[in-house]
Amino acid sequence: MGRLTLFWTDALVYLLVAMVAGFIWYVGSREHLRRPWRQIVGDKVAMVSLLVLMAFSGIGLLDSVHFYPAVEEGKGGNEAISLFDWWATPMRTHDEKTYSRPFAAVSYSREFLVRPDGSQGWEYPRLAHGGAHLRDPDVERGPDIARTVADGFVKGGLLWAVCAAGLCGWLTVRGGRSWWRTLWDVAEDRTETPWRALLATLLLLLSCGWALAELSASYHVLGTDKVGQDVFYQSLKSIRTGLVIGTLTTLVMLPFALVLGILAGFFPGWVDDVIQYLYTTLNSIPSVLLIAAAILMMQVYMANHEADFASLAVRADLRLLFLCGILGVTSWTGLCRLLRAETLKLREMEFVQAARALGVRPWVILARHILPNVLHIVLISVVLDFSALVLAEAVLSYVNIGVDPTTQSWGNMINSARLELAREPVVWWSLAAAFTFMFALVLAANLFADAVRDALDPRRAEV
Amino acid sequence: MIQYIIRRLLYAIPILIGVNLLTFLLFFVVNSPDDMARMQLGQKHVTQEAVEKWKHERGYDLPLFWNGQAQGADKLAETIFYRKSVNLMVFRFGQSDTGRNIASDIQERMWPSLAISVPSVVIGVTFNIALALLVVFFRQTYLEFWGLVLCVMLMSVSSLFYIIGGQYVAAKLLQLVPISGYSEGWGAIKFLLLPVSIGVASGIGSGVRWYRALFLEEVEKDYVRTARAKGLSEAAVLFRHVLRNAMIPILTGVVVLIPFLFMGSLLTESFFSIPGLGSYTIDAINRQDFAIVRSMVYLGSVLYVAGLLLTDISYTLADPRVRLS
Repeated sequence: MGRLTLFWTDALVYLLVAMVAGFIWYVGSREHLRRPWRQIVGDKVAMVSLLVLMAFSGIGLLDSVHFYPAVEEGKGGNEAISLFDWWATPMRTHDEKTYSRPFAAVSYSREFLVRPDGSQGWEYPRLAHGGAHLRDPDVERGPDIARTVADGFVKGGLLWAVCAAGLCGWLTVRGGRSWWRTLWDVAEDRTETPWRALLATLLLLLSCGWALAELSASYHVLGTDKVGQDVFYQSLKSIRTGLVIGTLTTLVMLPFALVLGILAGFFPGWVDDVIQYLYTTLNSIPSVLLIAAAILMMQVYMANHEADFASLAVRADLRLLFLCGILGVTSWTGLCRLLRAETLKLREMEFVQAARALGVRPWVILARHILPNVLHIVLISVVLDFSALVLAEAVLSYVNIGVDPTTQSWGNMINSARLELAREPVVWWSLAAAFTFMFALVLAANLFADAVRDALDPRRAEV
Repeated sequence: MIQYIIRRLLYAIPILIGVNLLTFLLFFVVNSPDDMARMQLGQKHVTQEAVEKWKHERGYDLPLFWNGQAQGADKLAETIFYRKSVNLMVFRFGQSDTGRNIASDIQERMWPSLAISVPSVVIGVTFNIALALLVVFFRQTYLEFWGLVLCVMLMSVSSLFYIIGGQYVAAKLLQLVPISGYSEGWGAIKFLLLPVSIGVASGIGSGVRWYRALFLEEVEKDYVRTARAKGLSEAAVLFRHVLRNAMIPILTGVVVLIPFLFMGSLLTESFFSIPGLGSYTIDAINRQDFAIVRSMVYLGSVLYVAGLLLTDISYTLADPRVRLS
């Protein structure tokens, strides 16, 4: 491989992964925190959504390891590519001239061609890569696709079988029953964790994923766009953008919301007044306009300091980071208000009063007593915000105030596909692909967020 | 009551000053007026004279906060901050960077915006409340379960797809309404039909879930049990008692909608090419017209603050227990 490189957003993504791992370890080591999570683990819908989210994050993480490829490996060595790009090289490099349908072997529009026998006419030219291995696409394509899909299903199924057997082995060791007995329990759905539903989802993901991977090597599974780029590849690349916006924004906003919210609730008087003034002011600016203004400002800044942003990729990455920052600035106010209210309530509780009477310093009270007791609110609002942020990214990019136009994102995909619906004949696949991927991600996030809220919100737990 | 309103209006002043200062800092501290002029006139091949002329015409050739060369009060008044921000505070929007009068543009364009947003909100809220009551009425049945599943699915669709899909199906395939455009007077209705219904449809998912949560909280309370024990039918309980008592959170929710409404209409207006404030703002963003964007930011926050005040006043009308003091 080549020389590893680290974009700003990559570094923050790793930081985030470390934080999540730390959080899981922290919760796992404390019984009273584990209890609500056990309810989530027992919830079928939540666990299946989590698995889907993890599949998305897996692609996103692969797409966050960037390196400069050695020159002989592909198209030039001065643009950084990610591990995912490297793996998806056939899709990335198999560009066509222009539009082609999903699974097509010929172009979407006729061209003036010279046939092998010397005559001329308007024909659909063969694609350079999509179905190029077929001699007669009309006859061979169907069976070839079926064979590849079956092949992928078998391979994915085999991998799944290994996973399932390993899982049963692990459960056997833990449960102290025979392996067959455990397998039977899982198959009958008699386990505490919904393993059967999880395994079914995993089977679906692995076999479909494998089949799609095999297909994408020789076809354009979701067609190509105006400049002949593979739409399937674009949709997969967009996952990272969506995830980065959804998660890094939280990372930006969390410190503000936590520190200011708790301080405002704990210290009445001028501290409270100043913080309240701050968030009311920010809140009263419509967020789109604030974002638009900030992005405009940054564009002008970048245009005037071209030398500092030499590489296209670095520029796009910084703009993504900046967008996360500004989205964070506009979205910390809601959480801050919630935390302030909760701290106001906690401040009057007996255990805090007792700590005060004993002369514990305020900072220690904040860290030991208040902070752990507001964490569930933080978690709930974080998971609830995630899907809203993914959706907002698409809208903002569409309005041209989102990510850089060169960054792959669903918003940019929709933006460039906008006029294709008005075209005759209609080009629908870009839009459909963006829709499907976004819908799957946001739906999974929403379902998981619901389960987290139900389990962690003390008000709901009692009902 | 009047005292309360006056005090709240006074509270609004520091907030609006804050907004103004914030946008001013955002625009003028990082970027000098020179940068803005170059941006407007085209990046490369701009002579310094052209930049100076542009700046002078629009008043950007003054110092930012303090004019040392002027006399007396003009030391403060002859600055960009005073000219561009203090005037904004009293709604003197001035000229856009392309030279048009912003105030008259706003006056002209606010009517199409209202024509879309008011029916969208009114119909949307009524529709969502009705659906939510229905879901609560059928609670603990399959109907509730599938209703909620449907809501989560509707929530997970980007608003862009509602617009694109609605336009494609209703206007292009079925040809029920024109794809986009606008006209004055009653002729506008056929142009408004589609954007309003899309606005309503895209809010159903989250709206119904939100109102359902409100109603469920009320349904658990004692007075509802009493009403049922008196022998009232479930429908009467829901419509007469629960709905009325859930009024306060409903009102709060409607105000929370205002910023979203702005975002929604921003998109809707540019998609349906309706000459309202939303498309005005988007055009300004794309043309990088700072004067218009700043005016719209300020106007947006004024509306938001006014909306907050209106909710508080409406609380007293909806619930006699609330006394403003």
